[in-house]
Amino acid sequence: MDYGWIEIAVAAIFVSVVITLVLSRGAGWLSWRFWRNAMVVSSTVMILVLLWLSFDTAAQTRPGGERLAPWTVINHEVGLKWNPEKRWQEPVVGEETGFFGRVYSPEEAYALIAKGKLVVQSRNCMECHTLLGNGAYYAPDLTRAWLDPWWEERVMPIVGAQSHEEAMRTWLMNPPKYPQGKRRMPNLGLSEEEATALVAFLKWMSTIDTNGFPAYFGEMQ
Amino acid sequence: MTQAVQSHPKLYESQKLARWYFVVAITLFSAQLIFGLIAAYQQIDPNFLFQLAPFMTNRTLHVNAMVVWLLVGMMGGVYWFLPKETGREVVGITLAKIIWWVIVAGVTVVVLVYLFVQIGPAKWTTIWFINEGREYIEAPRWADIAIVLWVAIFLFNVIATVLKARRITGILMVLIFDLVALGALYTAGMHFTVNITMDQFLWWWVIHLWVEATWEVLVGVLMAWALMYLLGTSRRLLETWLFIEVALVFGTGIIGLGHHYFWIGTPEYWLGLGGFFSALEPLPLVAMVVHAVYDAGGHRLGAVNRPAMFWVIAQAFGNFIGAGVWGFMQTLPQINMFSHGTQLAAAHGHLAFFGAYLSTVMVLVYIAAQNLRRPVRIPVSSKLWGWAAGLLILGIIGIGGAFTISGFTQTLIERAAGGSTWAAFIQAYTHPWYANTLWWRFWFGMVMLVGFVLLAVDLLTIGKHAELPKAARQPAVAAAGGGHD
Repeated sequence: MDYGWIEIAVAAIFVSVVITLVLSRGAGWLSWRFWRNAMVVSSTVMILVLLWLSFDTAAQTRPGGERLAPWTVINHEVGLKWNPEKRWQEPVVGEETGFFGRVYSPEEAYALIAKGKLVVQSRNCMECHTLLGNGAYYAPDLTRAWLDPWWEERVMPIVGAQSHEEAMRTWLMNPPKYPQGKRRMPNLGLSEEEATALVAFLKWMSTIDTNGFPAYFGEMQ
Repeated sequence: MTQAVQSHPKLYESQKLARWYFVVAITLFSAQLIFGLIAAYQQIDPNFLFQLAPFMTNRTLHVNAMVVWLLVGMMGGVYWFLPKETGREVVGITLAKIIWWVIVAGVTVVVLVYLFVQIGPAKWTTIWFINEGREYIEAPRWADIAIVLWVAIFLFNVIATVLKARRITGILMVLIFDLVALGALYTAGMHFTVNITMDQFLWWWVIHLWVEATWEVLVGVLMAWALMYLLGTSRRLLETWLFIEVALVFGTGIIGLGHHYFWIGTPEYWLGLGGFFSALEPLPLVAMVVHAVYDAGGHRLGAVNRPAMFWVIAQAFGNFIGAGVWGFMQTLPQINMFSHGTQLAAAHGHLAFFGAYLSTVMVLVYIAAQNLRRPVRIPVSSKLWGWAAGLLILGIIGIGGAFTISGFTQTLIERAAGGSTWAAFIQAYTHPWYANTLWWRFWFGMVMLVGFVLLAVDLLTIGKHAELPKAARQPAVAAAGGGHD
């Protein structure tokens, strides 16, 4: 988009004020008519601006577009790199390494991540965790869960897994068996297929460009 | 203070229906408190009811009960005042009664499923019949459809009554506009998207544009009616204020939605837009405080119903502090990058919902209680209402304070210093500054529970034993007429 936020904000307010003033000619600024017009005009202008921005946002947030990696990113090594100009981290996609020992086609990757999203909703994850920072704050934020060093440092050895994804899948299928910290995650009865899909969804989510949130992920100050 | 007795107000059918809305609202309020207390205790002892009724189940019930009871309470307020405003019975009242009992049965089923089924396999049947898994709007898809039908009938009641009465007022204009938006926005939450960014983008259309836009305007409408009833404020003045508030709420709040689009994968321009417009969002709340205090002062607090008048003022300040101050505190992206998704958001949520919406429903239930007793002494008052209100307010301040402290701790330890990992999360919630506040939350929650019990007793008894001073046996006070004149 060619416009910055300041231009949009100033234009929206300017248009609202001018139309209100034109429609309310002859009415004092404390009058019933002036504020009725202000109400209708400001609501209409802001709804139109929101709709316009929503189309622009939808175009920019298509998987494989400017801000979201394609579904097949699960086949790749992924990480974060520091952007010295913006001074925040950005997702970075590395070489193809496969996922659970194989490479998923675009259709297969989509189907798997779609299943993973259904796992997230059917198990009500957001009522303990936060995803992209939204949720219930009782359990860790999952935005960058795939990239959490805890899986390799703590979980891999205790579940006896050979790979990062296997550690996540094994742990997720029976979390109370390997409690981490005082708060425990209940056993949500995930099947192996569901746990695989969930890990794929978490890996894909970790590659979303979130404008640097959460700040300094994985970097203890 | 003038002493008068309001005798035998005859109620419209719509007002009799409103009574049931209020009864169910208050019942669900008790459910919200109980599940909130269980969830609060689980933070202290995570083994409590682990696997049987885990935190997520209690938290789901806590927030869903809240959304439903506040909405039901406000809808009850519309059914209460609409016949007064239009001067006639609500059109389609039989349909309204039928859908109401369908909804009550539906809510019961949804609650039982939340409690005893909780979750399901990753299949469409789970989304349709158990739980949609989207915070605040977890209701399964079948219940979503029932809710849309319910709001549609409600909207039909309002529009048809206005048309039949051939009377349109500024307040009714705002109400209709607002309800159309409110109903339409709910459908934005009824879809499944694999792309979590778009999922969250539209999810906020329901959550933010309900709570920070359409609900605030609905509150403006109900408060205008309440002030007209309680103080006899002039319609022209109230309507002008209402327009100012709506112009500011929609003028700032619609693009203020952008403060939820900082970190979910949406473009960078939302950082500036969301920060700027949401920083202006407290403006209408200041207008509401000025308005309420001005009106109350102008009438020397001479309201016909003391508890209702108290809650009007509590609403104005509570909304400003909870929604305005606590919201502003964390709304700029420069702080929100660290505070987003922490207990600080919960502090804001608790204070804002209490201040803006619970207080509004309290105004409405006390006005209804006044007109369900016959006869009652005007101004309506009791010994209990002050204790109930005081304990509820003390409780929420304690809870909000506790969440604020744990929120700051989490922001600093987990987000700013710890790098937001799983390990950093554990560091934060085991930190003494965080862990100690869990007890405060629980005990202030108990204070609220005591306040609730007093409130329930008060609502059942207020005005019931009023002895009638002989001199005051006179027809209903004009301003206090609850139904037909």
